[in-house]
Amino acid sequence: MDPGDNGILPACRQAGATLRMTIQEDIAKPLDAEPMLVNLGPSHPAMHGTLRVVLELEGETILNAIPEIGYLHRCFEKESEVKNYTQVIPYTDRLNYLSPLMNNVGYCMAVEKMWPLEIPERVQWIRMLICELSRIMDHMVCIGTNAVDIGALTNFWYLFNPREKLTDWVEALCGARLTTTYTRIGGLMRDMPPNSKSFLRECLRDTLKAVKDTTGLLQKNRIFMDRTQGVGAISAEDAISYGFTGPCLRACGVDYDIRKAHPYYFYDDLDWDVPLGRCGDSYDRVLVRFEEMIQSCRMVEQILEKMPEGPIMTDHRDVALPAKHEVYGSIEGIIQQFKIIMHGIKPPAGEIYSYTEAANGELGFYIVSDGSDKPYRIKVRPPCFAIYQAYPELMKGELIADAVAILGGLNIVAGELDR
Amino acid sequence: MQLALDRLKENFGPAVLETDNQHGNETAVIAKDKIVEVIRFLRDTEGLEFNFMMDLAGADYPEREERFEVVYHLYSLKIKKRIRLKVRVAENQLVIPTIISLYKAANWFEREAFDMYGIRFEGHPNLKRILTFDEFEGHPLRKDYPVNKRPKIPTPDPLIKV
Repeated sequence: MDPGDNGILPACRQAGATLRMTIQEDIAKPLDAEPMLVNLGPSHPAMHGTLRVVLELEGETILNAIPEIGYLHRCFEKESEVKNYTQVIPYTDRLNYLSPLMNNVGYCMAVEKMWPLEIPERVQWIRMLICELSRIMDHMVCIGTNAVDIGALTNFWYLFNPREKLTDWVEALCGARLTTTYTRIGGLMRDMPPNSKSFLRECLRDTLKAVKDTTGLLQKNRIFMDRTQGVGAISAEDAISYGFTGPCLRACGVDYDIRKAHPYYFYDDLDWDVPLGRCGDSYDRVLVRFEEMIQSCRMVEQILEKMPEGPIMTDHRDVALPAKHEVYGSIEGIIQQFKIIMHGIKPPAGEIYSYTEAANGELGFYIVSDGSDKPYRIKVRPPCFAIYQAYPELMKGELIADAVAILGGLNIVAGELDR
Repeated sequence: MQLALDRLKENFGPAVLETDNQHGNETAVIAKDKIVEVIRFLRDTEGLEFNFMMDLAGADYPEREERFEVVYHLYSLKIKKRIRLKVRVAENQLVIPTIISLYKAANWFEREAFDMYGIRFEGHPNLKRILTFDEFEGHPLRKDYPVNKRPKIPTPDPLIKV
């Protein structure tokens, strides 16, 4: 029997339509109530870590927003001043914890520039490899959780399966899944595990499939488009003035990628493109990230192809521990070992600002050395810090649910925001 | 190539107190009262156009007469160059003009320098602590702040402050 026959369904439809109309009329009416303050976060699943925003609402429309940060402040910069250069590396894991390997690379590169140290070719290739893999892993979390916030859970699983596999590789690489501490000043902790190449190629296949699947689920998805297109848009001029970098800047159509503008290591030798958006809204940010993952896969493929064999530590006497047979067999060797272990690594006095393209944008390290074994001053320039400043402006006039949709697209990581 | 530094010296002569080019990082120490003018010049002059304020850091050198330093890192998308500007201030007159009117990014970065070093930015619309809490005593990144000092955590405020 056709369920429409008994007259219940049409009646329900009618009731629904009437209700919708009343609601629409209600929304059109101006509210005579005072603006309401709502506290969002810091312990809220949609607030990605420990972000807190106080929203001033009229109905569901955001009139004003005041972000409060610092809930995850761990005194990174102060602690670094009493640790020696090598002991700072574990702290950098905890900056952007979605892509810790990248922070390790950024920090070590900054310290190495103070001599400047020549580091072996293989080290540079492996560092590029881990940077690109971290970028993929970072974007996976960003897109996955952003989609969850908007109500599309499947993408999260599709993206986290290959991410899990990549994390397994990271675990084989350095023994930790999150707190990697993989780089050393002048080199790396150890070489890649055997059969990495075949394993990573498999990971790439999985990743590309997941990217294809999730792009298919999101790119032309009516609900996703309605929730993100034109939402949280920012103009290129404003984005530059706010100091946006990374995918959020490129979503506005500004072509600035440090890997192209100031290539470090061997990024020059790779064939890849910088994806650009047009509108600078949440939708473009997600699509730029999708495309960057594909480009990173391209890069990883080429890196695996071109990576040479060789040592994984520089032989510079200031930073590299001598080989064991030297330590036991020669007086110079034992003295060098003793000096580095007891007195630490001492870069020449001076200042450096070093920058790398991290997953969220420009990760800068400003380091002042006074010639001792401890950094005199370290200032991290976290990409999120500049981006999150613009958050209140992005959501003014939007609905409260959009606040969450915008935040996910910006990919704010409290670890590096608060340091 | 010291394009930006040469232009600065040409135009601001005595206000550029020191220059340096260690590791290819062009650096200029600028007189405190000229900093806004200098940055505006760097931002608006054709052929320089430093349109990004990438970073703003404070630093503390207790043995110096002018103890504190504010370090700006600017970047030009046009000529793909960076420049580092420094302003030195003494402890008894810890005030320097804000550059919020030039870069929106300066807002939080200046608040952070205030929070960490107590450097006051004149004209800042909302110069409050940012990484520490409002009741925090002292400025944690100063060299005379003990690294293992544990501040007293105040009882929390009501959830929403108007």
